[in-house]
Amino acid sequence: MKTKGPNLIFPNNLTNLFIMSEAWSKANKAETSQDVANKTENFATRNVNGTGPYTLASREVDTRTVLKQFPQYWGRGQFPLEVTELVYLPIKSPATRVAALLSGEVDFLQDLPAQDVARLKADNRLHITEGPENRSIFLGLNVGAKELKYGDVKGKNPLADPKVREAMNLAIDRDAIKTAVMRGQSIPSGIIAPRFVNGYEKAFAAYPKPNVAQAKKLLADAGYPNGFGLTLHTPNDRYVNDEAISTAISGFLGRIGIKTTVVARPIALHSTAINQADTDFYLFGWGVPTYDSAYIFDYLVHTRGKDGRGPTNATGYSNPDIDAKIVSLASESDKAKRDATIKAIWQTVQQERFYIPLHDQVLTYASTPKFDIPVSPENTPFFKFVKVVKK
Amino acid sequence: MLVHLLRRLGQSVLVLLAVSFISFLVFRHIGDPTISLLGEDATIADRTALISQLGFDRPVPEQYVRYLGNVLQGDLGVSYRLKRPVAELIAERLPATLELALVAAVFAVTGGVALGVYTAIRRDSAVSRAIMTVSLVGVSLPTFLIGIGLIYLFAVELRWLPSFGRGETVQLGAWNTGLLTASGWASLILPALTLGLYKLTLIMRLVRAEMLEVLRSDYIRFGRARGLRERDLHYGHALRNTLIPVITITGLQIGSLIAFAIVTETVFQWPGVGLLFISSIQGVDVPVVAAYLMLIALLYVTINLVVDLLYVLVDPRLRKS
Repeated sequence: MKTKGPNLIFPNNLTNLFIMSEAWSKANKAETSQDVANKTENFATRNVNGTGPYTLASREVDTRTVLKQFPQYWGRGQFPLEVTELVYLPIKSPATRVAALLSGEVDFLQDLPAQDVARLKADNRLHITEGPENRSIFLGLNVGAKELKYGDVKGKNPLADPKVREAMNLAIDRDAIKTAVMRGQSIPSGIIAPRFVNGYEKAFAAYPKPNVAQAKKLLADAGYPNGFGLTLHTPNDRYVNDEAISTAISGFLGRIGIKTTVVARPIALHSTAINQADTDFYLFGWGVPTYDSAYIFDYLVHTRGKDGRGPTNATGYSNPDIDAKIVSLASESDKAKRDATIKAIWQTVQQERFYIPLHDQVLTYASTPKFDIPVSPENTPFFKFVKVVKK
Repeated sequence: MLVHLLRRLGQSVLVLLAVSFISFLVFRHIGDPTISLLGEDATIADRTALISQLGFDRPVPEQYVRYLGNVLQGDLGVSYRLKRPVAELIAERLPATLELALVAAVFAVTGGVALGVYTAIRRDSAVSRAIMTVSLVGVSLPTFLIGIGLIYLFAVELRWLPSFGRGETVQLGAWNTGLLTASGWASLILPALTLGLYKLTLIMRLVRAEMLEVLRSDYIRFGRARGLRERDLHYGHALRNTLIPVITITGLQIGSLIAFAIVTETVFQWPGVGLLFISSIQGVDVPVVAAYLMLIALLYVTINLVVDLLYVLVDPRLRKS
């Protein structure tokens, strides 16, 4: 592999790259990825190659996938490897999923519906584990436009005024969202980065107590004593209770006079709008597979579309100084200097507040007491670590 | 007769064309397929390149004509989500849906006719009243709620039946059947009940109403006056005349059983075409969604055509005009 320059977090960037044997790929004509326009199937689509602890025994899409231990696995002896066979059964409907666990048809449930967590915790036939997910939920504000496309203020952009953004930040009650909407399944936060990400600081994660009077005053100072109208775009099938969070946000903003209409839609449509920056105010979520802030800056903070960066920055925020700093992170080899740059970028991001962070999602796994399955922040549990509890 | 046939065939082709065009227009609004193909963290340049590679930047009529040309040559494309030919995917999933619809239809027709006849003949008995009341529940409760209720009763509380999936299946040539194993049948019971319940109540109420009508008619009274046994009157004379509209309705309902299996399939994770359709919509898998809509349209059009032609055979008056 060749990089453009020295890259401190190169190993982190490899996290989503999967390695295949060169000889195998050549022999099966799978050297390049499947060409979607060309209507043929790539050999690697339905054949496995790798060095992992488990290997594919059978696969029926949407029905049943069976994995068996790989006898020549390199990590034999290093990991417990107590699970010998994995049967992966996707169940789309949340109620059916929970029923399958309760009826003993499955041993482990990865996607537990938030509203069932409290009830299942009380059930002593089950073992529940919780942990933070590598995903922050936040609101994006269009600060770059001259006039809002989905708002009722003409001739100027209220979101371009820092006072308005601060007022919105003060109006939102993150703790109430946690208890009322998320049923306790969230970690309220003031930064779009989970705590294990390089660059996260407790001071950044602090968030203000809601203060309606102060927020109203800020709005009046900004020239909107009677508030204004705004549309909040939200997905309804992507994040935990995403649409309900947006409805709550609409209520909070209503208290300070910002009349917010919530437009909910599937993520397939929502992402399209974000990628085209066709929204003024939106709910979105972001995870950091590299565990380093540069990933957040590259996608969410850098000016949209320059040097292949900023594709998901729909806020219109553009700051040449910050852009230069972000680009420098990719080739800065002095860790202390790099971390200082990260901190400086975060300071600007937090101060400018074109994003309003809400919370980090919490993952909940449920299993029969026989298994102790640690929560993985990426939500991809590693079964080589799983121990079978003997009674 | 030939003119009638040709006219109906022409209309059917028009309907299919309209469905394909409307569904094609809808695809503009189900989202951007590059999100499921490239992931959320692709660059804008990669996305634009893929869109032009897939031809999505072309004018809609041009895309439509190209798609239609491919379909007419039997090429349904390759699924974006599963990266496999769509025709293969649908052929794999169709047996599951057809078996579910068939069993649900048999359940609905036998149950519906039996209960309908019973409630018509013993219309004042307590049992009939109970059946009529319970049938209201079947009509008014949404399918997914019935499904979840059945799952909680039979899978979670009683643990008699599995809550999801299709059980063990056996491959018979190209047909993957669950009807030859015990676990296959056990898995089939709850989904078939869920899917068939509404149709059962519909057929039951239809049979009851028709039967009451027929029982009031003159020839039944004359038959009774002539001293025919009640059983012969009910089953030999009344029921036979009752069944004509029932057959028509049942024929038309089979199409909707297959099309509306989507909800039942989702609740029970039944690996049929309906579940494939739902997953494909979420993944913006346009080739699969298009093929499914065409398949359902073709099914409806064919059933309607057959029913129309049967009318002509049954009713001589239609042949003359």
